[in-house]
Amino acid sequence: MKVWVYGNDINTDMLFPGKYTYTCSTPEEIKPHLLEDLDPSFSKQVQQGDIILAGNNFGCGSSREQPVVGLAAVGIKAVIAKSFARIFYRAAINQGLLLIECPEVVNDFKSGDSLHLDAVQGVITINKKTYTFTRLPSEILQIRDAGGLLPYTRKKLKQRQSKK
Amino acid sequence: MGQTFAEKILAWYGHEKTVVPGQIVTVSPDHLLMHDNAAPIMSKVKADLAEYGVVNPSLPVIVLDHVIPASDEKTATNHKLIREFVHTYKLPYFFDIGLGVCHQIMVEKGLALPGQLLVGSDSHTCSYGAVGAFSTGIDRTEAAALLLTGETWLKVPPSLKMTLKGNLPSGVYAKDVILTIIGDITASGADYCSVEFQGDLKQFSVDERFTMANMGVEMGAKNMFFPVDDVTLKYLSSINVSKSKFRVVSPDVHASYKQEFSYDLHQFSPVVAVPHGVDKVKNITDVEGLEVQQCLIGTCTNGRLSDFRIAASFLKGKKIHPSVRLLLLPASQQIYLDALKEGLIQTFVQAGGTVLPPGCGPCLGAHQGVLAPGERCLSTSNRNFKGRMGCKDAEIYLASPATVAISSLYGKISDPRRMVT
Repeated sequence: MKVWVYGNDINTDMLFPGKYTYTCSTPEEIKPHLLEDLDPSFSKQVQQGDIILAGNNFGCGSSREQPVVGLAAVGIKAVIAKSFARIFYRAAINQGLLLIECPEVVNDFKSGDSLHLDAVQGVITINKKTYTFTRLPSEILQIRDAGGLLPYTRKKLKQRQSKK
Repeated sequence: MGQTFAEKILAWYGHEKTVVPGQIVTVSPDHLLMHDNAAPIMSKVKADLAEYGVVNPSLPVIVLDHVIPASDEKTATNHKLIREFVHTYKLPYFFDIGLGVCHQIMVEKGLALPGQLLVGSDSHTCSYGAVGAFSTGIDRTEAAALLLTGETWLKVPPSLKMTLKGNLPSGVYAKDVILTIIGDITASGADYCSVEFQGDLKQFSVDERFTMANMGVEMGAKNMFFPVDDVTLKYLSSINVSKSKFRVVSPDVHASYKQEFSYDLHQFSPVVAVPHGVDKVKNITDVEGLEVQQCLIGTCTNGRLSDFRIAASFLKGKKIHPSVRLLLLPASQQIYLDALKEGLIQTFVQAGGTVLPPGCGPCLGAHQGVLAPGERCLSTSNRNFKGRMGCKDAEIYLASPATVAISSLYGKISDPRRMVT
């Protein structure tokens, strides 16, 4: 498992260049361009279960959802950042990608450290030190637990229809 | 205790008496904005739409603006799918290519009104705070779900209050104001927050408020808000929106803010945001003389008639520098027509400018005016991220229409105060 470390204000153009926004929509189309202008090695080397660590305001900029769809598709286990931009945050909930706001982890992590994430318990361990993070409110967790917004919406529509 | 604008709007739409920051409410927005991304949005829920239909045909507003006219077979096919979708579901609010940038259309056609709640699958949806609406950006998947259900959740944001005092000196514009503020509070300075403007706002037209509200997302704001005043009412009347069509919502005097800021406008100068961040803001005197190869005046940030009037006042009877390409991008067809009528377009073309069709143009780097490696563009648009105009090895600087216009004459970044008396 690799931890990819990036800085502050990583915007959606860095995560997925705007020039592809209207020609690439599926995970397979998105993957080769992920982080293209930020870190060309990422799309070639990323593996299922990897974690991204970043500073403030991760995902700022455009509302394009390809960065979230792409990161979920390549199997990023979580993005841990000091803070996230709000549209990106919503998009991640809607795609079932785990985002964790935990500035302490970002501050303390050093290259070569071993980082472990227990998403179920809500605990991150760096070497032997543990960190806890705030879980999403229950209304929102329902969306993620359903597998994302579209499965959640379909479930809701079916329930409504059966009530009629 | 008093309530902020965001608290009042979200209480109303959330069917709650009062709400507090952090609370989650379920809301049914007045409109859902989509643009060229309506194609991937509807394809996500094609089967569901066939079963359930569009919850309310008047909910979606679709504007083709991002890559228009189509640049290749793929974008042409997207446009075709959108036109078919509009036809199938008999959607009344569809604006085909050439009519304008989605955000301008929303305001100009009276689809975003004071006291309304609007969402859009575009980050600059925050623009409609210019006319006292609550508006915010969402992602494509959420837009797809909204087509089916008409509702979504919103978290009540904390609010920031920004008081603007005094008058702007000549040569300094709304774009300089918002860039200066973003430079001050940084690209994350308003993350998750509703931003309310107060103070000496009468000097700012709806066009100028639009410029400032448009840039809200560049400091992380959820929404932007300008109080509805005589300036707003006059504007709404000019686009034939009667007072009975909207409900004015104003923050209470004793509302509670997360943070308050105060700016003395008479101390402001022309500024430029330098690569590769909107908050990397410098006084123009620090960057004056930098050579530029492309100048862009327009987009949803600064492509309105008043912007073109300012630009034309610098360009009339002159020629742009031979090493510069000047692109002009009207924010809507109406603005294009008005600019033609006033002779502004003639001024631009005679000066050596190239007028692009109303739309997003080079702003997102998908077509029209893409930059080459090593080139520098001075633009009135809202983002200067690395690679934004299609090339990661090019540089984008952001400034007011006045600064861009004068710079196109000299071929280098120039201070508009040199020509403003």
